[in-house]
Amino acid sequence: MANKSEKRSSAGVLNKLSHVALAVWAILIIYPLIFTFLAAFKNNTEIFIGNPFALPSNWDFGSFGRAWTEANVGTYFLNSLFVVSISTFGTMLLGAMAAYVLARYEFIGNRFIYFLFIAGLAFPVYLALTPLYIVVQELGLLGTHTGLILVYIAYSLPFTVFFLAAFFKTLPNAVAEAAMIDGASHTKLFFRVMMPMAKPGLISITIFNIIGQWNQYVLPVSLLPGGAEGQEKWLLTQGIANISTAAGYQADWPALFAALSIAIIPMIIVYTIFQRQIQSGLTAGAVK
Amino acid sequence: MRQGKYPFVIGFLIAPLALYGMFVLRPIAAAVQVSMTNWSGLSPDFDFVGLENFQKLLDDDKVWLAAKHHVFLLVTLPVITIALALFFAFLLNMGGGTRGGTMTGVWGSKFYRVVFFLPQVLAVVIVGVIFGRVYAPDDSGILNRLLALFGVDAVQFLPEFGLWSILGVLVWQAVGFYVVLFAAGMSSIPAEIYEAAVMDGASRVTIFFRVTIPLLMETIKVAWVYLGILAMDAFALVMVLSIDEGGPDSATTVLPVQIYKSGIRESDYGYASALGVALAVFTIIFAVLSLRGGKRNAVEH
Repeated sequence: MANKSEKRSSAGVLNKLSHVALAVWAILIIYPLIFTFLAAFKNNTEIFIGNPFALPSNWDFGSFGRAWTEANVGTYFLNSLFVVSISTFGTMLLGAMAAYVLARYEFIGNRFIYFLFIAGLAFPVYLALTPLYIVVQELGLLGTHTGLILVYIAYSLPFTVFFLAAFFKTLPNAVAEAAMIDGASHTKLFFRVMMPMAKPGLISITIFNIIGQWNQYVLPVSLLPGGAEGQEKWLLTQGIANISTAAGYQADWPALFAALSIAIIPMIIVYTIFQRQIQSGLTAGAVK
Repeated sequence: MRQGKYPFVIGFLIAPLALYGMFVLRPIAAAVQVSMTNWSGLSPDFDFVGLENFQKLLDDDKVWLAAKHHVFLLVTLPVITIALALFFAFLLNMGGGTRGGTMTGVWGSKFYRVVFFLPQVLAVVIVGVIFGRVYAPDDSGILNRLLALFGVDAVQFLPEFGLWSILGVLVWQAVGFYVVLFAAGMSSIPAEIYEAAVMDGASRVTIFFRVTIPLLMETIKVAWVYLGILAMDAFALVMVLSIDEGGPDSATTVLPVQIYKSGIRESDYGYASALGVALAVFTIIFAVLSLRGGKRNAVEH
């Protein structure tokens, strides 16, 4: 009896301790983000001398306007949106096409091409950074969104092909055979039958690619050099990094934090809505 | 029935292969080639210098410093992240104690799962800029303000503990991903195993170390490889957060930063490519060793 109640009370303590541990970590995650949002309304003095846990003295939305127009964050944001929409679409289309034929058609060189794609997973992007810069330059695509989009697609293909090929293999043969007997062409079979059937896998990997490409930093910073004209082409991550490193203590820090908020808030909203799909999309690769 | 198979196969493969060959394979091949030349990128002509760049690399103090930092991150990042993630995942799945013989998660575990994973969707660059204020060296910094509550003097995080500060952000961002990964693994462990353990009077601590961790070993190994690869990177964070992009005085530099600086900034293409080859060899050796260790166990299962 005594033993049992002892056990229960120790379980109670453990329970409380686990709540404390979880709550502390949750605060550690959330507070820096709340701070960022609050700092957008503060002034330089409040940010650099004030209490980081204090509220801003007045709620001035001006910093958001300055960030969007003067610091070009609006342009960077739209550039990122443009590049990532096209490159993710291209990645999924080309990746699905390659994965599909590699997974479901037998032909000479199939294994070789498959392993060629998979090999790309082993090499860090930094290995080829300098030659990549030269290749893009030779093609006259340095400093262009077209160049960056093509490079994003190329670098996203190994994982996309790897994952989708595994997925296409699991799809049943019966439906495909029935469609072929009905006289569907290979192309039609792919777009009308196989793609809809592969939807869950496609959604996961689309999310994976959107987040990966949206957060990409080393490729834009290498392939979209600055300069008077070049800077207009910059992407959000690169633009924000530049504002922060170039900014001295005299700079417009509230605008920087407004810029960070502009970059973060859409991500938080999208994440909260789709958190289940996003979590499964991002962890899909590790579970496979 | 399979008429016209080859035109179809070729049609579907040509565009992906062309892009992949042009922007991934060709640069990789070129990196290996260029690493054995003294090409500056500015002059059209260059000489084959054999392994001279690799010799220079071995004599470069910054490279050794960077390698040392990778080894530090390679050990600390996986150990800390996996330990924290296992702990949190266990609390989320089973911290609520036993109800009717089955283990339940703590109250609010759904909320915690959503919050913990959140940093994963934020760009590393943005996280780096925010942590500039978290680590600020006086009591306007979030961490120092908290430490002041306990009477601790302001800590010079970035100037004096640069690498630990970088590690802190990497852990902060990574833990949630592995919480979700491990939580999924834990929930796929059959309930009967836990029921049996609970019946035998095992405490939660015993269950955690004797049941959960051994059964999750495969997932933990995958996590180890992923985190190891992350430890080879850290580029964006070092560029944005550390003092002087890898400083102070190279105290936080990593190989990708050295590649970027000597390649893109200084146009020393030959040397930068040699650094790239070294990093790739380093990464591949790590991945192969880890995966081989994993495979042997998988066979036993």
